[in-house]
Amino acid sequence: MSEPITLHYTVPGDDFTRAGEASSDVKKKLKALGLDPEIIRKVAIAMYEGEINMVIHAGGGEIKVVLSSSSILMILTDHGPGIADISLAMQEGYSTAQDEVRNLGFGAGMGLPNMKKYSDRMEITTEIGKGTTVEMEVSIKKGT
Amino acid sequence: MDNFFHSVTLDKELCKGCINCIKRCPTEAIRVRNGKAHIISERCIDCGECIRICPHHAKKPIYDPLSVLEDDCYHIALPAPSLYAQFNNLDDVDILLQALRDLGFDDIYEVAKAAEIVSDITRRLMKNGKLKKPVISSACPAVTRLIRVRFPNLIDNVLPVNSPAELAARLAKEKAQKETGLPLDKIKAVFISPCAAKVTAVKMPLGTEKSSIDYVVAIKEIYPRLLPLMQNVKTPAVSSETGKIGVGWGISEGESSALLNLNYLAADGIENVIKVLEEVEDEKLQKLDFIELNACPGGCVGGVLTVENPYIARTRMKKLKKYMPVALNHITRDIPKEAKFDEELTFSPVLTLDEDLSKAMDKLQQIEEITARLPGLDCGSCGAPTCRALAEDVVRGNGSESDCIYKYKEQMDFIFHQMSKLQGYTPEVLKTDDKEK
Repeated sequence: MSEPITLHYTVPGDDFTRAGEASSDVKKKLKALGLDPEIIRKVAIAMYEGEINMVIHAGGGEIKVVLSSSSILMILTDHGPGIADISLAMQEGYSTAQDEVRNLGFGAGMGLPNMKKYSDRMEITTEIGKGTTVEMEVSIKKGT
Repeated sequence: MDNFFHSVTLDKELCKGCINCIKRCPTEAIRVRNGKAHIISERCIDCGECIRICPHHAKKPIYDPLSVLEDDCYHIALPAPSLYAQFNNLDDVDILLQALRDLGFDDIYEVAKAAEIVSDITRRLMKNGKLKKPVISSACPAVTRLIRVRFPNLIDNVLPVNSPAELAARLAKEKAQKETGLPLDKIKAVFISPCAAKVTAVKMPLGTEKSSIDYVVAIKEIYPRLLPLMQNVKTPAVSSETGKIGVGWGISEGESSALLNLNYLAADGIENVIKVLEEVEDEKLQKLDFIELNACPGGCVGGVLTVENPYIARTRMKKLKKYMPVALNHITRDIPKEAKFDEELTFSPVLTLDEDLSKAMDKLQQIEEITARLPGLDCGSCGAPTCRALAEDVVRGNGSESDCIYKYKEQMDFIFHQMSKLQGYTPEVLKTDDKEK
């Protein structure tokens, strides 16, 4: 089988207008690979939500994406404030986003819930004052 | 300006000479003369209200036909962001862009890309602190024309940056020249527009001497041609290069929300725009940083050349934007020269009564006197929208008090009254001798 492809992205935390560029690039690459559109959609949404969270809440970070023939693995790492209460953060509608970005459609409080919904596996590791790592995996179905 | 171009034309066969358009025109630019509507060129701001309101469809927008694609030039499509929201069940903009290529365009430069650049420039200019606040958006051609004619005090507040469509045309042509090596006169920028005012903005531009846009085609004309092509697209070979900010410019508040600053106001609909500008002029709104004004309801999606209801389009736009990156186009170091106005906006004193102050005061006095003699019903039957407008027409030499149907009836009543007095009176010389009967 072919070797897995690893992609690295640095998500800047000081320019909000660049939020979403990494997931947009991944989506483009997945389209070029000709994957099932449903899988592309899941990856695009899950990664987009994770990337936006990093910019809005954590001052940016790094994203590593591993594309293999069995799955797409996304590891999002930031050095932000960490999540104090994960179960509260996972609640639909709960958001700590600033007002300025709500006008662009953010702050609905659906980020983490969507990430869980659109990925097949999600794990969050976090430490207050140190940062957060979110790992998400979307499986690629074999055959049609 | 002696030769005015306006993007509205009248089909005289269909015009009934009713009062609908004259009453709705926000600058009182229409009169009914000889039973047909007639637009006073200097006063028209191309807002499209008369096109919207005419129940007989006699008011028609002017735009270039799609046949402009048939010559042997290199055609670049400049789709307005509002185009993306016209289609039901479109969740991938790439399909629409591919269809534009399949229709015959050689290249595409999304206006949304230029919009993101304008937003970046605006954020930077506002941060530099050199702009006069509140900054007023320059994107809507009807609004800039309205300000020139009716709110000259606010000319300095207008953002001195070209509209996204204009900037897109310039950047697209530069890119095309580099890529194809063709001479500039063989490269045509075709703006796919929701709005007729953009046609005027191209033929008689403000802020620049000549527009880089060559043709303006209507969304409603291209829509039925694109639909079947879109249905046939399997895998698009082109991809959209814009994010939420660019696409969001098509709806009201899109331009403002891109500034990441809550201290703004966004108004849509020409009447609302006028009310806001009055308040700004009276300095009641000084604490705002930015004011977005759209002549059309809902923003550009409410333009007269669109296909879809603006509020449905707005919701579609929000769905399209949902998982887009915030923006994909930014300025690097300096503000591109193509973006700045290269001509200042100037006052167009078409509403002033006279250049000479004492003559103007006399005229104003006359208008007051005539208005007092008129019934004050604003019925429109004289062909002017209000009694005061008729009075002004009289003073400007464009009308007569007897155009007023009530004045006319008063005169007729007077004549009948005189005649009935005469009828009851027989002079001596005409009296007959009753005894001879």
